[in-house]
Amino acid sequence: MSETMVRVSNVYKSYVRGKQKVEVLHGLTIEIPKGDFVALMGPSGSGKTTLLNLIGGLDRPTSGEILVGGQRIDQLSGNALAKWRARNVGFVFQFYNLMPVLTAERNIELPLLLTDLSAAQRRKSVAVALEVVGLSDRARHKPKELSGGQEQRVAIARALVSDPTILICDEPTGDLDRKTADEILGLLQVLNREHGKTIVLVTHDPKAAEFARRTLHLEKGQLLEQAAA
Amino acid sequence: MTRSGFVFANLLRKKTRTVLTLLSVVTAFLLFGLLQAVNVMFSAGADFVGATRLVTQARVSFTQSLPMRLLPEIEAVPGVEQVMWQQWFGAVWQENTQLFFFATDPARLHAVYPEYVMPDQQWKAFEETRTGMIVGRILADKYGWRIGDKVPIASNIFPQKNGSKAWIFDLVGIYDGKDEEWQRNTNLGWINHAYFDEATLFGTGLAGTFTLKLSNPDQAAQIAQTIDSKFENSPDETKTQTEKDFNLGFFKQIGDIGLIVRWILFAVFFTLLLVVGNTIAQSVRERIPELAILKTLGFTDGNVLGFVLAEAAAMCVIGGLLGLGLATLIGIKIGGGGNFPIAVDHRVWITGVLAIVGLSLAVGLLPALRASRLSIVDALAGR
Repeated sequence: MSETMVRVSNVYKSYVRGKQKVEVLHGLTIEIPKGDFVALMGPSGSGKTTLLNLIGGLDRPTSGEILVGGQRIDQLSGNALAKWRARNVGFVFQFYNLMPVLTAERNIELPLLLTDLSAAQRRKSVAVALEVVGLSDRARHKPKELSGGQEQRVAIARALVSDPTILICDEPTGDLDRKTADEILGLLQVLNREHGKTIVLVTHDPKAAEFARRTLHLEKGQLLEQAAA
Repeated sequence: MTRSGFVFANLLRKKTRTVLTLLSVVTAFLLFGLLQAVNVMFSAGADFVGATRLVTQARVSFTQSLPMRLLPEIEAVPGVEQVMWQQWFGAVWQENTQLFFFATDPARLHAVYPEYVMPDQQWKAFEETRTGMIVGRILADKYGWRIGDKVPIASNIFPQKNGSKAWIFDLVGIYDGKDEEWQRNTNLGWINHAYFDEATLFGTGLAGTFTLKLSNPDQAAQIAQTIDSKFENSPDETKTQTEKDFNLGFFKQIGDIGLIVRWILFAVFFTLLLVVGNTIAQSVRERIPELAILKTLGFTDGNVLGFVLAEAAAMCVIGGLLGLGLATLIGIKIGGGGNFPIAVDHRVWITGVLAIVGLSLAVGLLPALRASRLSIVDALAGR
């Protein structure tokens, strides 16, 4: 786990909300090795999601440097960043964010439309992803026909299907009961331990954080301490 | 799944809304197709007659007849190769169906209108049968008339000397047009002027208009001026113009059809713009988080713009083509046998396709730009 996957160096991030400028991150520096499973915890407004968005290339820092997989992403243009995300990052959100008009398999196939894969290759990749999350029998179901846990599994399969180097998970169990949450977190753990995926997880739930290899605590936009799981 | 499959899946997200919007597009383009066909008929529809003929009418109005004594003077004008005359008969078929019938000299009609194609034998029969009449193919087919039929036609203007407005003619010929355009105009009937002139109670020795075939169409303006100046300050002043201008003037007596049609279409498309534009905009507003997810997954701003624009275009293209298709079918149904031969032809389709493209851009571009410019972070946070 010595190779660095994410390096966040002296990053500042501020937003303008109305007439007010809100400083969210203050000179944050974090390093995440390849194959790590990091839980980011902290109170609301501490900057967890902001940091996650920056690592996932959804937003740009006000200043500072962000390297992911050796590539400096804070200087990429909008289109280049979009293409980088398609190749390197898988996202899992609290409310699953699946396309309601598409079946599970088509939701999973969606990121593959950005690749050069043939229809047959795409179908094969989708089948593998469905198998990994244990939902092969639900391939033709639309999101509204699935339970919350199943929807989240589909979202994880969609995040995995293009074989990204890093998984970004924003409160993935926040909308699930304990048992289902543990199943989802167990799945993430398997993906980290058996498939070598680097995972950054934002959570408020200390039990969820226990599934990670280590936990980072943020408060007022700064790193507090580091705890090994 | 393909990208177009994704577009159609989104289009069918709310089926009722999509179907209703689609119906409004279909209706608008149906109306567009038919009105544009009317517009073409009234404005460009006279193009097919060419510029080889002039029409001389009374200066005040073509509803006022000219005396036949003008004929030799018109014939004597250099450049005039042949002259025919025609008198509006005011024909009525059965109860109340008005037909376009004219009294003319058969030989002169044949000479001036070579575009009317009919066997020589039938032309000869028309010349030799005083009660003879010929009709265009459309008219014959519509009323099931056959050569040899005795056809009772009333006139709402001219009674016979016995006071009866009921006339009976012998159908001696059915003519076709030399091409598709002329065939579409085979909706006229012609009777023998010599018989009409002798039998009518009044209006003898008169012609509604004179039609002049020119030896050199380039001299049309000069010949028209010569004829009109010849009768200037006489009791029978004339107005001579090309046949195309005459036809357009005839149609324009109803009003500036082109302008009326344009205004109706403007109103239709403005309403359509609001309806479809609102549907697309609403559809985009409803799925801001989904569009943000597309961008999160790596779809570029251009990809997202393309998706929304494609949805708008699909709605307009499907609805537009269905509407134009329906208009074409209705045009065939109602245009074929009427006095006004409208046709939803290639000219209407070209304008229609341009309208579809314009409408797609007009209704899709703004929502598509809005979708493409979404900030992922704000959209996912519901801001």
